Amino acid sequence: MATVRASGLSFAQSRAETTRFATEHRLAGLNLLVAFLALAVGGLMGVLQALQYNKINAYPAIKPVLTGGYYQGLALHGVLNVLVFTTFYIIGWLTFIATRSFDRPLASRRLGWATFGVMTFGLLMAAVPLLMNNATVMFTFYPPLKADALFYIGLTLVVVGTWLLLVNLILTYRAWRAEHPTDRTPLAAWMSMVTMVMWTICTAGVAAEMLFMLIPWSLGLIPGTDPVLARTLFWFTGHPIVYFWLLPAYISWYNFVPKQAGGKLFSDPMARVSFILFLVLSTPIGLHHQITDPGISEIWKLVHAIFTFGVFFPSLLTFFNVVASLEIGGRARGGKGWLAWVFALPWNEPSFTAQALAMILFAFGGAGGLINASYNMNLVVHNTSWISGHFHLTVGTAVTLSFMGVAYWLVPIITGKQLFSKKLALAQAWTWFVGMSLFSHFMHTLGLMGMPRRTDIGAAPYLKPEWSALLVYVGIGAVIMFVSAFLFYLNMVLTLTSKKPATDADYQIPWSKAASGPEDGPVILDRWKPWLAISVVLIVLNYGPTLFQLISTSPFNIP
Amino acid sequence: MMKGNKYAAYLFEVAWILPSVAIPISFLVAIVLTAFVVGIGVPGIGGRIDPKAISTTAPFDKPGVRELAPGRYEVVIIGERFLFTPKQIEVPVGSKVTFIMTSRDVIHGFKIEDSPINVLLVPGQISRVTATFAKPGEYLILCHEYCGPAHHIMAGKIIVK
Repeated sequence: MATVRASGLSFAQSRAETTRFATEHRLAGLNLLVAFLALAVGGLMGVLQALQYNKINAYPAIKPVLTGGYYQGLALHGVLNVLVFTTFYIIGWLTFIATRSFDRPLASRRLGWATFGVMTFGLLMAAVPLLMNNATVMFTFYPPLKADALFYIGLTLVVVGTWLLLVNLILTYRAWRAEHPTDRTPLAAWMSMVTMVMWTICTAGVAAEMLFMLIPWSLGLIPGTDPVLARTLFWFTGHPIVYFWLLPAYISWYNFVPKQAGGKLFSDPMARVSFILFLVLSTPIGLHHQITDPGISEIWKLVHAIFTFGVFFPSLLTFFNVVASLEIGGRARGGKGWLAWVFALPWNEPSFTAQALAMILFAFGGAGGLINASYNMNLVVHNTSWISGHFHLTVGTAVTLSFMGVAYWLVPIITGKQLFSKKLALAQAWTWFVGMSLFSHFMHTLGLMGMPRRTDIGAAPYLKPEWSALLVYVGIGAVIMFVSAFLFYLNMVLTLTSKKPATDADYQIPWSKAASGPEDGPVILDRWKPWLAISVVLIVLNYGPTLFQLISTSPFNIP
Repeated sequence: MMKGNKYAAYLFEVAWILPSVAIPISFLVAIVLTAFVVGIGVPGIGGRIDPKAISTTAPFDKPGVRELAPGRYEVVIIGERFLFTPKQIEVPVGSKVTFIMTSRDVIHGFKIEDSPINVLLVPGQISRVTATFAKPGEYLILCHEYCGPAHHIMAGKIIVK
């Protein structure tokens, strides 16, 4: 039985819905605002790095505001882009999408405001040492590099804030379930919950690292930490965090892009299977980030590598399902042939175009990820610029460009303003695609040539002429992305300040129908306990021995 | 549209899922073969050390190159902000070299170009990795883990001749 959704409503009713969900829309809007402010500063830092690689040194000129130069800028770039931008955007987006999909407001709006309040307070707290060059420890904050305690406490509060959204979604789900005892959970709401459940489980790692080591250590309460244990707890969260970024983009690809492409979702049950696999397999694989660590057994590194190959499978399912959905759309719009239907897709629509381009680059990012996780092959690429090239395709494009694409339809709904210019938005999507392709391709190549990541390479005495020759293209790619980001912000500012109200069509959320609906899948896909049990068992099996070995042998004496 | 075509859709799904399973499995077989038959291993557990007592703990009391047997060498290296000790080492062509390393302060990286040596130096831990140097030449050694404001000057060299 179909659930009631905004798509079944008339234009006038859709507009009226914005009153019913006024609080949820405001929360989503504020989260997106913080997210895009963070991305603006973080992105600007990125351009400065790419210029510095080409010996165009802007750091002396901005020394009064950025005393730590390249490395402080790099810490800001990482923290603001992959921790702040992603987390705030995701919390806003899931608040919007889960409530509209359940077709009911948050169970507790007060808790909704608390979520935003705790996260923002934590962000401001962490921002103080970051901006004062007292937290130049990168977004991975490996001890014994030490930051001011405010940095650790602030980031912990941001994570605690996100947990409150899960509590709110569970309360909302239970209220919905009481009224719909036999219905399948609506896909977008269900996917939002899977994302938050996966995230809450995996953040146990970084929470333990913060509470038992970094916070008491930075406050001087304990004499030392254990660096390998800290790295292990960090990557316990740090690998699944990539799915915390990615799944909200997948939510858009599954629930809205098929409709935007003029078609239907190919298979709802297949989409649910892939999300359950992400829930179960995202966490017990983090050791593949620690292939080069001493103090951890080769066998467990290999086991985690094998499980990482396992989590590649749901991404391949997603690829199949989303491309099949696009094909339904392309053919419905008159496309023909084996592949020529691609040209019949709505390439004049910026939201669609941004996300389709994000998918194309993600295919390369996914393949590269498999290489990174490949046990001894990781030795070729670990800590080289190959890795930076890799995650600029995944979080920097699959996620970021998709989030920008979503913003092109979401911002008009939550602000009631018409998007200023579709043409500008189209130009933005293509320039991001071109700039990132250049940037990422050459970062990958330079990594294979041995260039390290996270290094002020322009000032390094060992900088090689053959690296410099390719760094030119890295710089050009970064400048093109800077132009793209400028077009995005210009469009958003002109949208927010415009006097043109959103049209009736703007208020329509592009919900997709499914060619094969949830009723075609088994009921167990809608149950929680079996999947949670499997997740916990796999985590205990894959992490238990390594954590026990590290904790039982550590003197915790590294100052 | 799909309803009339269920069988075709099913075939497409199978045609996608089979390689989706077979390709990663064949990659894994290749990895396991190179790791355990060819012998390109990754760092493992090398033991712990008190970072305050490095200078008095063997073998770190005498950093440098030691010949164990003809063609078999051991190299002891200490990493600290922002240098490796020793900074430059020399081994004969074709020798099999085991590196035994640790860090005095924060985490450092240790990557030798054009070789499978890529490992972290962590205070409190001993890193132990082995490689054979078959081609003569000068190879750059880099710290590739951010370790502080002068991280980009931390480098060394291995000369194979």
